[in-house]
Amino acid sequence: MELFFAQLLTGLANAATLFLVASGLSLIFGVTRIVNFAHGSFYMLGAFIGYSLMQVLPGMFGFWLSVLLAGLVVGVIGVVVEILVLRPVYKAPELFQLVATFGVILVIQDLALLIWGADDVLGPRAPGLKGIVRIMGEPVPKYDLALIAITPFFLFGLWYLISKTRIGILVRAATQDREMVGALGVNQAWLFTGVFFLGATLAGLGGAIQLPKGGADLLMDFNILAAIFVVVVIGGMGSLPGAYVAAALISVLNVFGVTFLPQSTLVLMFVVMAVVLMIKPYGLFGREEVAGEHGQVGEPERPIKPAGVKVRLLVAAGLLLLALLPLFGSDFSQVLTSDVIIFCLFAASLHFILGLGGLVSFGHAAFFGGGAYVAALLVSHVDAPMEIAFLLAPIGAGFAAFIIGWLCMRLTGVYFAMLTLAFAQLIWSLVYQWGEFTGGDDGLVDIWPSTWLNGTTPYYYFTLVFGIGGILLLRHAAHSPFGYALRASRDSSRQAEATGINTKRIQWAAFTFAGSLAGLSGALFVFSKGSVFPTELEIARSFDALIVIFLGGVKTLSGAVVGGASLEYAKDFLTRFEYWRLTLGLIIIFVVIVAPEGISGTLRKVAERFGIIRQREGES
Amino acid sequence: MKIQKLMATALTVAAIGVTSISANAADTIKIGEINHYKRMAAFANPYKNGIELALEQINAAGGVLGKPLEFVYRDDQGKPGEAVKIAGELMTRESTVMLTGTILSHVGLAISSYAAEKKYLYLASEPLADSLVWAKGNDYTFRLRASTYMQAAMLAEEAAKTDAKTYATIAPNYAYGKDAVAAFKTALLALKPDVEFVTEQWPALFKIDAGAEAQAIERAKPDAIYNVTFGGDLAKLVREGTTRGLFEGRHVYGLLTGEPEYLDPLKDEAPEGWVVTGYPWYDLSDESNKAFVDAYKAKYDEGPKIGSLVGYMTAQSIAAGITKAGSTDTDAMVAAFKGLEVDTPVGQIMFRKQDHQSTMGAFVGTTALKDGKGVMVDWVYKNGADYLPSDEEVMKLRPASQ
Repeated sequence: MELFFAQLLTGLANAATLFLVASGLSLIFGVTRIVNFAHGSFYMLGAFIGYSLMQVLPGMFGFWLSVLLAGLVVGVIGVVVEILVLRPVYKAPELFQLVATFGVILVIQDLALLIWGADDVLGPRAPGLKGIVRIMGEPVPKYDLALIAITPFFLFGLWYLISKTRIGILVRAATQDREMVGALGVNQAWLFTGVFFLGATLAGLGGAIQLPKGGADLLMDFNILAAIFVVVVIGGMGSLPGAYVAAALISVLNVFGVTFLPQSTLVLMFVVMAVVLMIKPYGLFGREEVAGEHGQVGEPERPIKPAGVKVRLLVAAGLLLLALLPLFGSDFSQVLTSDVIIFCLFAASLHFILGLGGLVSFGHAAFFGGGAYVAALLVSHVDAPMEIAFLLAPIGAGFAAFIIGWLCMRLTGVYFAMLTLAFAQLIWSLVYQWGEFTGGDDGLVDIWPSTWLNGTTPYYYFTLVFGIGGILLLRHAAHSPFGYALRASRDSSRQAEATGINTKRIQWAAFTFAGSLAGLSGALFVFSKGSVFPTELEIARSFDALIVIFLGGVKTLSGAVVGGASLEYAKDFLTRFEYWRLTLGLIIIFVVIVAPEGISGTLRKVAERFGIIRQREGES
Repeated sequence: MKIQKLMATALTVAAIGVTSISANAADTIKIGEINHYKRMAAFANPYKNGIELALEQINAAGGVLGKPLEFVYRDDQGKPGEAVKIAGELMTRESTVMLTGTILSHVGLAISSYAAEKKYLYLASEPLADSLVWAKGNDYTFRLRASTYMQAAMLAEEAAKTDAKTYATIAPNYAYGKDAVAAFKTALLALKPDVEFVTEQWPALFKIDAGAEAQAIERAKPDAIYNVTFGGDLAKLVREGTTRGLFEGRHVYGLLTGEPEYLDPLKDEAPEGWVVTGYPWYDLSDESNKAFVDAYKAKYDEGPKIGSLVGYMTAQSIAAGITKAGSTDTDAMVAAFKGLEVDTPVGQIMFRKQDHQSTMGAFVGTTALKDGKGVMVDWVYKNGADYLPSDEEVMKLRPASQ
């Protein structure tokens, strides 16, 4: 009983940081609809800045002043990011801004490395709160008690701000219907900036306030990201009490998980999230999303059409060039191009459900890695010939997508995205944990193609045929009745249903189809690398695909391929330099600002402008 | 070659001011070095410094086979697939003669499998996974650093000397942590069969909930604790554990805890009285160790990390291997590495014929506080050769050599 109580306190103390950071994310999302990936970076900056301030400001007063100042400085950084990077792209398609925030992550990572160096720093202890208190005989750190005491003040302060002040009224109104708020004469731009300031400040405070319990390091931005998204979703998007309850729930469950099921540490919060979303699809305190937008943001999307003659000729010429690559290119150019094709197929499969189906999946890596693992497991456990394993990979991945799709289909929007993320994490942790069968994080190695394919050039052609074949198949499906039905379900599910389309079933089929093609790219991947590791199932892998789709242009059919190829070649080139993350981040931000319709969409416009392709025909 | 002689030559060269060794770059022997320079900058940079120091000395002494030795460094972002791609590029386009590098075990395993498939030589410098030379071992892969098994066995030997009966383990929840716990258990139970493991904690890597872990261990009331966490996880565990009195009156064994990479960030909160493996460079007085430490401090104005030592020894091993092979032909180099003896700062090491593991050992000592920072005291250097399983067992562990 004593221990139980002490553990409860530990959990509540841990919830403090999680709540602060997650509430900021929740506020930003609620008002601006931006999925802010850079929120973890704000948290990291808060920790580093807080640490630096604590070196110069002494004593108890200095400590708490440092925490506050760190929050405010990060808030100002948030404002700078909002004004410079996000403001120019509010008119872009929904979720496009997440690409910009991804660029911000890269820039902040390298800047933090430049400023604070590579070594981890241990946070200073809070003056006056170093020791422990014995509560019913159990030691409880004083600082834990301080955190438990402080958090409700933040919660109350935020609640007061949101519920009782004029600013709060505007924020709530914008959360409900931001276009209406704009129509009523509220300056949205400054409202968004203000909310961004508040959100970033909270993240910075969270980073600084956890210093006495840990420190600051360069991996903490990504390490907290999944957890805060989980908290926001469990609590309900935009709900502050929800964020607090969810943070406490996750933290307390985690403490007991550590004691009674030590192996559960990887997966517990995702299980909780999946369970909550199955029972309450909009989180504990969330309300059903009223269609946030009236119609689509930005220009209306053009109906897709089969490519015109000029574009077809261009594509044919490109394919011919690829087919002839082994004649003039080096071995390495073939390997690099194979990698790019594999990645493009993976991105294109996600684009199919995201662009055409309007289903944002944050867990698409489950099917890429899933396909790779199906093939690898068959080869290493039953000695399956490469050809059989290769064929079964897309089937296995498609089956996984079939199941996961069925479980996720009742949700929409960001909740759907988060549930796919949860399932992807479940698969990841299963592979990670089940070492005897999957090799754990030591992976499966020696998965090489059959002898007839076992050279750079033969495998290059193999990749070319299946990779390009897969991309063309996706494209063909987009022009088929299935593709039309899918787009109808996206644009207006009620009208689509009225015409006799079973929208959920169409979307489910599309999800499965996309999953199996992701599995195909995974199979191509595993035989080209000879090994597979759980990294291929990670969130980062899913986000890679997500980002190139927006970078390439979500509203064009070729967006994923163009974006994927551009980013992969750029990365290959840039990683040769010391500060490649900074450069890549800046390039991404630059592209996002000058080409808010993505590379492909912007090229199309330019081409039309100069009459290279005819208006309307030039769908690419 | 004597380190001192190398040193003297290096200093002479520096004094004259000859700096452009790579002037005739076409005629160098190039080594492909793949690492997580960004993702794990705190570890990869000292390692690279170690390599650079060794290269300076080797090339000042005339290089290898009459040519200067050169490393081509590439960042793999910590992704195995990327590492394999880069390995291919280095070998085909940059015309490197062999591959080395990586810290993360899974990336090392990916390169190892690729090297065997393409018949390239790969010297795994830092990855610790036992499977790299045993279960997944192959003809083309050698490993320099003392493996998880060896270091865990060294700590188990120390643990067996005490009267502690019940043990708690805490290790990050991934392959390295699991290997380290399994090896420690096996070795300790072999020495002291009546020992009992009362709890095993598995925090997620770099996401430790230290307060909860400390409570869970305390609840099991063990006599001793075996710690495998490192980096930020270690810092949090030490802080929460110390605050809550977890380590009082208990024996604590820490794998890698004494390495400067992990001990230095703890500053004056470094734990005292833990038995750890590490690298007490500040305390080394014998000729070869001290020569390395002094040269490193002279060049970089800071003490070496364990990574620096490994980087230095990597370049030394490669130079010795190519010299012994007499050519940069892969088969000749593979043959040369089998049984290759190298004179290093920690003494002579040998790459074993039977499993391609080097006999590089580790320093085992007790942590203490000195001038406001953690150090190792009462340390000894344990030779890796004494902590490897018998040849028959190795044969069983390593399908590749059957």
